[in-house]
Amino acid sequence: MANKLINQMGLPPSLSHVFSARNILTAKDALSLPEIDLMALLDIDIDLVRAAVARISEATCPPFQTGLALLEEKMKSGGHLSTFLPGLDIALCGGIPFGALTELVGPSGIGKTQFCLKLALLAALPECYGGLNGQVIYIDTESKFSSRRMIEIGEGSFPQIFRLQGLAQKMAGRIIVTRPTSISEFNDSLQQMKLTLLQNEVKLLIVDSIAALVSWDNEKGIISSRQSPVRGSLSFLKSIAEFSQVPVVVTNQVRSHSNDDTFHYIFQGHRKDTSNSERSESHLTAALGIQWAHAVTIRLIFEAHSGHRFIKVAKSPISPPVAFPFVVESSGITLLNQEGISVAGSEINAIRCQGWKSFSGIIQQWNQLPSFMQ
Amino acid sequence: MEISNLPISPSIRSKLLSKGYTSLSSLSSISPSFLAQELSVKLEEAVEVLRAVSDTTTSKSAHTPNGIIPGAVTAWDMLSEEQMQRHISTGCEDLDAILGGGIHCKEVTEVGGVPGIGKTQLGIQLAVNVQIPVEYGGLGGKAVYIDTEGSFMAERAYQIAEGCIYDILDKFPSNSREFLSCKERLQVNNFLAGIFYFRICSYTEQIAVINYLENFLTEHGDVKLVIIDSVTFHFRQDFDDLAQRTRVLGGLSLRLMKLSKMFNLAVVLLNQVTTKFTDGSFQLTLALGDSWSHSCTNRIILHWNGNERCAYIEKSPSVPSASAPYLVTGKGIRGINSNFKRARIM
Repeated sequence: MANKLINQMGLPPSLSHVFSARNILTAKDALSLPEIDLMALLDIDIDLVRAAVARISEATCPPFQTGLALLEEKMKSGGHLSTFLPGLDIALCGGIPFGALTELVGPSGIGKTQFCLKLALLAALPECYGGLNGQVIYIDTESKFSSRRMIEIGEGSFPQIFRLQGLAQKMAGRIIVTRPTSISEFNDSLQQMKLTLLQNEVKLLIVDSIAALVSWDNEKGIISSRQSPVRGSLSFLKSIAEFSQVPVVVTNQVRSHSNDDTFHYIFQGHRKDTSNSERSESHLTAALGIQWAHAVTIRLIFEAHSGHRFIKVAKSPISPPVAFPFVVESSGITLLNQEGISVAGSEINAIRCQGWKSFSGIIQQWNQLPSFMQ
Repeated sequence: MEISNLPISPSIRSKLLSKGYTSLSSLSSISPSFLAQELSVKLEEAVEVLRAVSDTTTSKSAHTPNGIIPGAVTAWDMLSEEQMQRHISTGCEDLDAILGGGIHCKEVTEVGGVPGIGKTQLGIQLAVNVQIPVEYGGLGGKAVYIDTEGSFMAERAYQIAEGCIYDILDKFPSNSREFLSCKERLQVNNFLAGIFYFRICSYTEQIAVINYLENFLTEHGDVKLVIIDSVTFHFRQDFDDLAQRTRVLGGLSLRLMKLSKMFNLAVVLLNQVTTKFTDGSFQLTLALGDSWSHSCTNRIILHWNGNERCAYIEKSPSVPSASAPYLVTGKGIRGINSNFKRARIM
């Protein structure tokens, strides 16, 4: 909408000639300038400028919908990808929502990729089994995708489906994995995806993980400023999610939480929080900063403490702050408690990593061939 | 007043100056055709110039009931007007109390906070509460929700509307005839239909929708609340020139203030946070810079106070700075002391 051409907006011809003569061709060019600047640039009357800006704004403005129409549309299209974890689905009012950015953040080895593998399978499943019956694009930036593991998860969760001849191959054939090695490759894949998504074939987009992009950015020696190319990719991802109405799942890394990170507002004064110093060794925070934290719609934190692992719904417009203990089994992630534990206060945003064995040790047990390949 | 202050295009202005017309009085008794000949411009343009001149001079000397300045009102008239104003309840009694009744109409209120604190929840709550019928203490108006981030979830709006209606019926159990007719209007679907939702995907569209609002509000005269969630998102990502950004934002906030006064509605802007280096350390502050922080009439910051969510009034011309705790429940924003039967505390 921002790139709509002014000469197609129904302005009187003399006026649109003046605009194009001064190289103001799109709505974006015209609306980025204050009216006085436009008047000085185009050398026309202020009333004419105002009328032109009003006409351009009307043409550029997207149409409105009532809340009721929105709800009805959501009801019709389903609107959610069920995770097959009942407690989490209830907390998220149906599952991973369409058209929004869902972030999975947690320390390494905790189970984010396992979750993504299962989601990829679920989206590929036929609708009669509760899936979305569509293709899945899996952008793997850290080479963590394991198709063998995914088939194993499938076998464990839906044994009756996967025993059927050829279905496993069909499912795996719907999942498209791409492994970009630089930001420009990533951006190119996103651009190409834009077209495929519009043709309604793709039903899920997974980026595992997004934090790797930033480390590529840093490797090239570009200081990540607000205008770094990664920011552009992130906002592009969000806009893809929006207009194609597919769920977009993104995984993020963590970094250690220094005491400087406990920011306060000026009116809160300075606080000496001695209790925090004990927690700071195992206290982590999501990478990519506060601007990214604002940009995601739903944030699921994977953390470990007291000998268990938890999925916490940290940021969501429709869910209460709850934590679900989980384990990773051969059939993927299973919740130990479907009710969830209510988490009060700002604890919901904390990421802890204490008292559990590294995940990579457990994966050794699953090196047997899945049955369909024997 | 000089020619240089007239709202006319630069080329005509330079022609006037080069021909020696430097003050308004020199143009006061000239006919349009003479001026057109003098400046070698078209007749219509000369007419425009003279009209601009006469507009400026007449507005200076117009007599009004209040004598001194046209369009001004006395403080006493404003006081009586303000006392008749209804406010939009936020759902939390403590917060309404420190706000002086709720969100004020004819003012622009900015609400900011860290991610996950409840800004969108407050936005949706206000969009529902503005529709509470007048008989039940509300404004009975509709809401415009401008969503730049995609955080508006229709299911959540449904939950909040349901919770609001439930609480109203709880509070006003009367079955008298006056209430019966408005009871019919208390349907969740009506509340949802009263929210006009715009989904904005770039800052250009954001500027466009704010420009377009004047026409929209003239058509839909019952809108009493405009929410922008959030005003920051696109301006942080895609704007390269920060000085230009400040000017554009300034223009936006002026336009919003003008809309709020013209149509007697409340404008609520939700903002994100950023870190700023002051006093030797990094502090949290609302985004978009220092110039923007002057643009809004009121400023509320939502923050964590230990394990509680708190709203702090940082800036307001009419109420003192104060803090109030609030909860985000399954039914929406509520106060700490609300003890309704089925409240599921979050």
